[in-house]
Amino acid sequence: MADFINDFWSIYIAILVALSIIGCAVLLWSQSKVQVTVPKDGNVETTGHVYDGLEEFNNPMPRWWMWLFYITIVFGVIYLALYPGFGSFAGKLGWQSAAQYQEEIKLAEAEVGPMFEQYKATDLKALAADSKANAMGERLFLTYCAQCHGSDARGNKGFPNLADRDWLHGGDPETIKLSILNGRHGQMPPMGAAVGSEKDIESVAHYVLSLSGSAHDSIKASAGREKFAVCAACHGADGKGMTAMGAPNLTDKIWLYGGSVATIMETIRLGRNNVMPAFADFLGEAKVHLLAAYVWGLSNKPESAVAAK
Amino acid sequence: MENPSSDVAVIHMYQARQEIYPREIQGRYASLRWLFVWLTQLVFYGFPWLQWNGRQAVLFDLAARKFYIFGIVLWPQDFIYLAALLIICAYSLFLFTAIFGRVWCGFACPQTVYTEIFMWFERKIEGDRSTRMRLDRQPMSLQKFSRKTAKHLVWISFALWTGYTFVGYFTPIRVLSEEIITLSLGPWEWFWVLFYGFATYGNAGWMREQVCKYMCPYARFQSAMFDKDSLIITYDKERGEPRGARNKSEAAAKQSLGDCIDCSMCVQVCPTGIDIRNGLQYECIGCGACVDACNRVMDKIGSPRGLVRFWTDHAMKYRWTSAQILRHALRPRVLIYSTILVVIVVVFFGTLFTRTPLKMDVIRDRGSLGREVEDGMIENVYRLQIMNTDESAHRYKLTVEGIPSVHIQGNDEIALSSTESRAVPVSVRTNERQGEKGSNKIYFTLTTIDNPAVAVTEKAVFFVPR
Repeated sequence: MADFINDFWSIYIAILVALSIIGCAVLLWSQSKVQVTVPKDGNVETTGHVYDGLEEFNNPMPRWWMWLFYITIVFGVIYLALYPGFGSFAGKLGWQSAAQYQEEIKLAEAEVGPMFEQYKATDLKALAADSKANAMGERLFLTYCAQCHGSDARGNKGFPNLADRDWLHGGDPETIKLSILNGRHGQMPPMGAAVGSEKDIESVAHYVLSLSGSAHDSIKASAGREKFAVCAACHGADGKGMTAMGAPNLTDKIWLYGGSVATIMETIRLGRNNVMPAFADFLGEAKVHLLAAYVWGLSNKPESAVAAK
Repeated sequence: MENPSSDVAVIHMYQARQEIYPREIQGRYASLRWLFVWLTQLVFYGFPWLQWNGRQAVLFDLAARKFYIFGIVLWPQDFIYLAALLIICAYSLFLFTAIFGRVWCGFACPQTVYTEIFMWFERKIEGDRSTRMRLDRQPMSLQKFSRKTAKHLVWISFALWTGYTFVGYFTPIRVLSEEIITLSLGPWEWFWVLFYGFATYGNAGWMREQVCKYMCPYARFQSAMFDKDSLIITYDKERGEPRGARNKSEAAAKQSLGDCIDCSMCVQVCPTGIDIRNGLQYECIGCGACVDACNRVMDKIGSPRGLVRFWTDHAMKYRWTSAQILRHALRPRVLIYSTILVVIVVVFFGTLFTRTPLKMDVIRDRGSLGREVEDGMIENVYRLQIMNTDESAHRYKLTVEGIPSVHIQGNDEIALSSTESRAVPVSVRTNERQGEKGSNKIYFTLTTIDNPAVAVTEKAVFFVPR
């Protein structure tokens, strides 16, 4: 084992262990040969320990007790031969805790894997209507997704709501599955310089609010209208966004980072950068398949799933 | 290894066990002991076979973490009952020991109970005490070999059945039987059947009194539970001494000898091989075999019974009557033990039978505090771990209160099947203007729809963003 900084310590420990075991065996053997004299009339001497009038006699130990000691020595030698412990000797079995962990993971996979695998070929929309698969998906979601997206999947600032019908990267089941498998990288570059002055940014913010019919200053909004041209490259001239690049639709009232003027200005000025990690390697496709069906089912109730089938 | 000098013996520091051949005895305490053997063992071997509501009546399902005891289902959350049960056991031991001495050891402890059973087999196969002693002294012969083999085969079969019964408390015993017939036990089932069987065989067949003398901690600390008013097995020295065998001229002997005729019956019947006439010793398990033995002898020689009897130190010293002993049984330590025991037993059963078969844990979503949603509402998300500990399916209604306008968003009805535990995400909303900025206390109440008396309320925190 590489835990020792050099061979000396391995040898040092091994010698100490060997000496200890031999020492115990010799001591035990010599003590088992020792004979002592005791008075025959039963008046055995006491050890001198007295408590509350109770005295402890110095009687011999039972012999089987001695055999227990010998058994521990034999056990120790066998253990050191099979398992790591004798200096850096790895033991005949080559056992390692890490290897045992991997082995147990493999066993667990073999046991629970088929439960997930059985759904892998099922169409995602059909799966969303399957209550058992849905319950499994919910448990998976609560374990792996709820930390960011919330237990009810309604998201949080910077973490999209998965229970509405609004999708940054597309909301058909296969696309959702891809999003989970490969992750997503949502990026909006800082547009402050491109838009212009702080006043221009404010104008654009008001124009953006006007797109969804939210409360806004109409004078500022009309001033922002032409500045919006630089935004249209991604969000489209009509502000309806582009799922291919994950550019959000600005004409609805759904805001990933917040819909106040100040927040929108901050978004324009500094841009946004967001990552959804890829789960393909971590969860494997079978679990992701169930998750995708569950997530899709959140905003597409089973009736529509049946209809779609 | 006898030393030439007569008053000194040479011994090894590790002493070989002296085989004890207890003589069979009949009498009041022997019958009582067999009564306890039957009682405890009928419970142990019988309980796994009882059925209740279509399941095993007593089953400790470790994998599912549910303990079934007749009508009761205990969950890991009910662990406190195990603690209470252990306290009850401990105080019962204290109380019984303070009054009756080591009766637990002599009558109910599995070690002595199984030893009793194993000795019964031994007697049936190898014969009584003297026959067994003769058999062990003989050189090996076909007859000796076959008797010994038969004994061990019977012991091992009985021990394996014991191991199988033990595992039957953890794996349904009917399933276990099928697994044994097809030899398809799991590794741990194999281990426990064999290990428990081996322990029974080894402890009751071979180790016997060695367990009580050298291994058992209770044997030792029960000595600390005694006082001078505890009943212990005592030899009435005043009456018995000087001891000696009666000779023909009985009248003359009666002048000088006590009632003890030194027949050594009390030593022969003792399962731990001690001589009770030497006074109280830590080896004494309080089984009363010597009392029975001595009473029979006293009957035969026409002396009154009770030369060896359950009696207290004080009673012996001051020559009390039974009535005086009874009066001294009600001493402070006994009253204190009894009071504590009664209180715990009442609380234990009271809470066990009135507990709500429904549990709920509220776990707040950690990723988000409060979020603003449409129409100026504030929303918080919780995960409720809801456990239906009842053995039938129920539907529940969830309500929340604590802030004006606070309500559950979406579905507020939850259906759980029998003994199901499920995590349910719940969104709670309130109007933005309601509640303090920051943390507000709210209370979730889950009510069983078909039985509103079964309800639980849990506190939680609702966060309104500043």
